[in-house]
Parts: sequence; C-alpha cells; structure tokens
Amino acid sequence: MANGGLSEPGLRPVPIDVYLNVAVAGILTGLVYGLMALGLSVIFGVVRVVNFAHGEMMSIAMYLTVFLFSGLGLDPLVMLVPIAAVLFVFGYALQSGLINPFIARPEHSQFLLLVAIALIIVNTLLIVFGPDARTVQTSYALDSFQLGALIVDATKLYAGAAAILVATLLFAFFRFAPVGKAIRACADNYTGALVVGLDVKRLYALTFGIGCACVGAAGVMMTLIVDVTPMIGPAYTLLAFVIVITGGLGSMAGALLGGLLIGLTEALAGLLFTPSAKSMFAFAILVVVLLLRPQGILGKRLI
Amino acid sequence: MYARTSATVAEYFTRARAAFLVGVSPSALLLLGMFLVALVIAPWLLNDYLITVLIVVLYFAFTGQAWNIMMGFAGQLSLGHAIYAGLGAYIAAVIFKRFGIAPWIGFLTAIPVVAACGATIGFLAFRFRVAGVYFAILTIAFAEFARIGFDHFDYVNASAGLFLPVAQYAQNDLWHLRGNPRMFYYVILVAAAVAFVICRALLQSRIGYFWLAIREDEEAARAAGINSFRYKMAAVIISAVITSFAGVFYAFFYNNLFPEQVFSISRSIEMILGPIIGGIGTLFGPILGAFVLTGLAELLNAAMAAVGVDIPGAKQVFYGICLLLVVVALPEGVWPWLSRRLGLTGRRR
Repeated sequence: MANGGLSEPGLRPVPIDVYLNVAVAGILTGLVYGLMALGLSVIFGVVRVVNFAHGEMMSIAMYLTVFLFSGLGLDPLVMLVPIAAVLFVFGYALQSGLINPFIARPEHSQFLLLVAIALIIVNTLLIVFGPDARTVQTSYALDSFQLGALIVDATKLYAGAAAILVATLLFAFFRFAPVGKAIRACADNYTGALVVGLDVKRLYALTFGIGCACVGAAGVMMTLIVDVTPMIGPAYTLLAFVIVITGGLGSMAGALLGGLLIGLTEALAGLLFTPSAKSMFAFAILVVVLLLRPQGILGKRLI
Repeated sequence: MYARTSATVAEYFTRARAAFLVGVSPSALLLLGMFLVALVIAPWLLNDYLITVLIVVLYFAFTGQAWNIMMGFAGQLSLGHAIYAGLGAYIAAVIFKRFGIAPWIGFLTAIPVVAACGATIGFLAFRFRVAGVYFAILTIAFAEFARIGFDHFDYVNASAGLFLPVAQYAQNDLWHLRGNPRMFYYVILVAAAVAFVICRALLQSRIGYFWLAIREDEEAARAAGINSFRYKMAAVIISAVITSFAGVFYAFFYNNLFPEQVFSISRSIEMILGPIIGGIGTLFGPILGAFVLTGLAELLNAAMAAVGVDIPGAKQVFYGICLLLVVVALPEGVWPWLSRRLGLTGRRR
C-alpha cells in the first residue's frame, strides 16, 4: 500500500490520484519548510539581521536528532521540545555574544558575520560526522494512512502536524504573551521600545533564540523526511530565503504560505521532471515573485 | 586636422597617465615596483609546488579584484560570482574540446554570454529595486540555477564532469594554454596586473566617482543627476566579464569541470573572502587578502601533512574563523590598517 505506483512515473500517463498523493506529500513537507522559514522571518522581522546560517542551524538540529536516535534510541517526536530548547540557547548566546554588537553595522557586515558562522558550522559538522548521509529509521518510517485514493506517509503527516502546532504556538506567543508583545514593540519601533524601558538587547537575543528554536523544531521533523549530510545546510539556507522572500520577508503568515507553495512546487516538479532538478523551480518562483511583487506575496509587514 | 587630432590624443594620454599616478607617493610606487619585480622573478627561484600556490594566490587576487568592482566600488553585494567564472570556464572548455578552438577565442565567445547573464541579473534586480540582502540572494539563486542546470546539461557531460586533455609539460603553447605551471603563472600574473590597472583606471574615471557616490548614498547620487541604474548595470557587466576570464584560466589550469564544484556557493564565497579580508573597495585589499588567505591555508595544509592527518573541512573552518575575526576586529579589512601603519594612507579608497 505504501508504494502505490509512485515508483514508476513517465511510462504511461500518470493517473490523477498519483498527482494528488504527491501534492499532499509536498504540502506536508512544505509545512515543515514553512516552520523553518518562519524562524528566519521572525529574526529578520525583529532584529533586522538576515540569518545566513539558518539552514546550518537546522542541520545542527538534524544531527542532534540522528545522534540521539542512534545512540539512545529516542524517538524524534519526543525530542522535538528538548532539541528546540538547545537551539534556543544556541541562538540566544549567538545573538547576545556576537550579533548584538553588529546591530548598528552596515548590512553587508552583518551578512558576512553570519556567512562566517555558517562556514564554521557546516565544516565542523563535516569534521565531526563525516560526509556520509545519516538517517533516522523509526518504527513508523514505512507506515501510511489511506483515505480513499489518498495515501499519506505517516512520517510526513506527523511532521506537518507538528509544524502546524509549533507555528500556532508561536502566533499565540506573539499575540498574547507579554514578552511576545514586547518583542513586537521592538520590531515596530526600536527607539520607542528603548524609551519605554524595554531591554531591547535581551529581547533581540530572545527573538534570535525563538527563531533558532523554530528551525530546530523544523530540523527534528525534517529528519523524518530526508537524510542529513553536512552539505544540506547551505541548500536549506537558500531554500529558507526563497520561501521567505516569496511569502514576504518579515511576515509570519507569508513564511508559512511560501513554504507550502515551494513544497508543492518541488513535489510536482520532481514528479513531472526529475527530482534532482526540483530546486530549479523554486528559484524560478523566486525570480517571478521578485519581478512581479518584490515585497513578497503577503507584503512586507512587521510581525 | 590630423596633426591636431594626434596632438589631442597624445595630450589625452599624457593627462590620463598623470591622472593615473596622481596622489601616489614615491615610496608607494617604489614598494609596488619591488613587489612586481619579486613576482616576475619568483617562478625562477621556486619549485613547482610553490609556483602552484602563487598561481592560486594570483587567481584569487584576480577574482577578488573583479568582485570588488561590484561590491567595493558600486556597493552591490554579489554572492553568486561563481556563475560568471563557471560560464567562462564551460564555454572556453567546450569549444576547445569539441572544435579545438583556442581558449582566447573561447574567452571572446564567453564575453557576450557572461555580459548578458550579468545584465539579466542586474536588470531584474535594479529595475525592480531588489537591493541589499535581496540582491545577494538573487545572485546566489542564479548561480544555483546554473549549477542544477549544468548538472542536467548533457552536451557538457552534465554531472559526470568535463575533462580536458592534461597539459603537456614539455612545451608551452600559450595560444592553447597548454604548458607547465610557469607559463600559467605568467598568464595569471599578467591577468592580475591588468585587472589591477583596470580597477585603478576605473576608480580614477567618471564612472568610478559615480560608483562611489552610489555606494555611499544612492538617493543622494540620483538626486545629483547620476543615472544609478545605468552605472550599477555597468558595474555588474564589467565585473562579470573580468570574472569570466578567471573561469577560462581555471578550466585550462585544472583540466576538469564539475557543475557541483564550479557553480557552488563555496566557490563564490572563496572569491569574496580575499577582498573582504584585505579590505573592501581598496585596490590592494584583494591582493593582500589573497596572499594572507592562501598563504595561511597552505600553512595549515602543510601543518596537517606534517602531523599526518587529513581533515576535510578543516580549511573551510579556518576560512570561517578568519572571516569572523576580520569582520569583528577589522571591519575595514587588513589593508587600510596596514597602509596606515606603513604610512601609505593616500592609497585608501
């Protein structure tokens, strides 16, 4: 049931339910993409720093997941919260230690700082774990649910559901929690936030931590879907940018929407053409969006 | 009439030469001359390994100079310069391999293609006000697009890679760029010198001043009547064309091309590290940066070889740490700091 005709496209006209299955799988993957991009968007929306090490941070989370799974047999879904917390601490420390002094520096200077961090992360992972692909084989890795003609992989369903959950929590946090409101205040008006006595540096560090926690959570779930190698970091950084720019940099809903769009596009492009060329279509979407609506689909609003 | 024209031309050249050297202190000129002489005689004193290291240094000095035109002069951060080098490399290599046409003709063939590629990226970005970080992402996206595209492009052997017949050490054929490291050394030395002179001349010209104005404050530059779109386009195209020669050189020096490597982000980043570490927007920054970075990387290699370990990725971690230290401690780069120390501050841009 799990391999219902997906393995041999291109021989005959592909039946419509295959498209449907691939589209649903793409949307579920897209939700995880969206959560990853959400982290980038939150960081940019508030701190105004572009996290060029975003995908690399996700690969840290993925390696943690793989390591804990193979070493201690911990299920990825159980590790969602702890690993997100680890990434939160990492992001918090990074912002308060390295990035805060760069807030007033020119854009390219901040950018290069994060390029340097990204280089160090990728290659440290390469040194520690080697170039081979690692994977997590959970007991439910091959399970699937059937709903009429629709067959959905269990891993993708769990990953997508968890992504929705985390994103909802994040929306609620920014809408209702006092700290969330304070962070929004920093994003809206930096000087104003200083005047009313908010500790902006600490809030920036918190925000960077939250953004990293998002990408950490996304990374844990991504291990259910793809293999991890050190080199996926830059690829996912780029993907996160494509998603966020497509959806609108600084818009939380835009990041999720962009994730869905790119996930769907990649899945269908993989089916219609060849899977290895799927990213080309994501870039094509980026170019089209930059041409028609440079601020992204949902505009450039602050959080 | 002719006499007058030739007199005007002669006068123009005299004035151009005077302008070219304006503000250069004699001590700086002397240092530059000594440096150049050292570079010219170096291959007769060094072994092939050290010549190869110097080739890498000059290669990065060259690409750094080219990238600097965009970022250092015109203020447009490109993180996808691998696309220009890659296109130059592939075009020259393919027409050499398929038709036996010399790489110099290949370079001429690549120029319009690379210029068109640069113009496309520039047009998309500058027409639609894609600036700053967005622009950098757009340049990466194009390079990645090219990487995946070439990975599926069977005419150039796709991901299996394109190989050139290995160079003959016995005879140097400059026209077909087949020869020993010493020949390649002089080719890249001349190229780096030409790039340096071009950059100096550009900086001294109208366009150079327009670029600096745009870099410092684009709104103000536009208000002063500078057509910023046109000059930013010029920066991208000039930078792209110069970079493409680096690709031609790369193809014929290394004799193999893989899309996965040639168009990768890390290739683009390698190109920009030199000028950033040396000093963005300076003329000597890219050269100094290339020497510092390649020199230290080779020392690291030698140290690892001496200890008997080979750690893939160690060099990149080292690059990352260098970049981090420079960005944190010397945001202007090493050259402005060094030139102040040497009392050559006049050279700063």
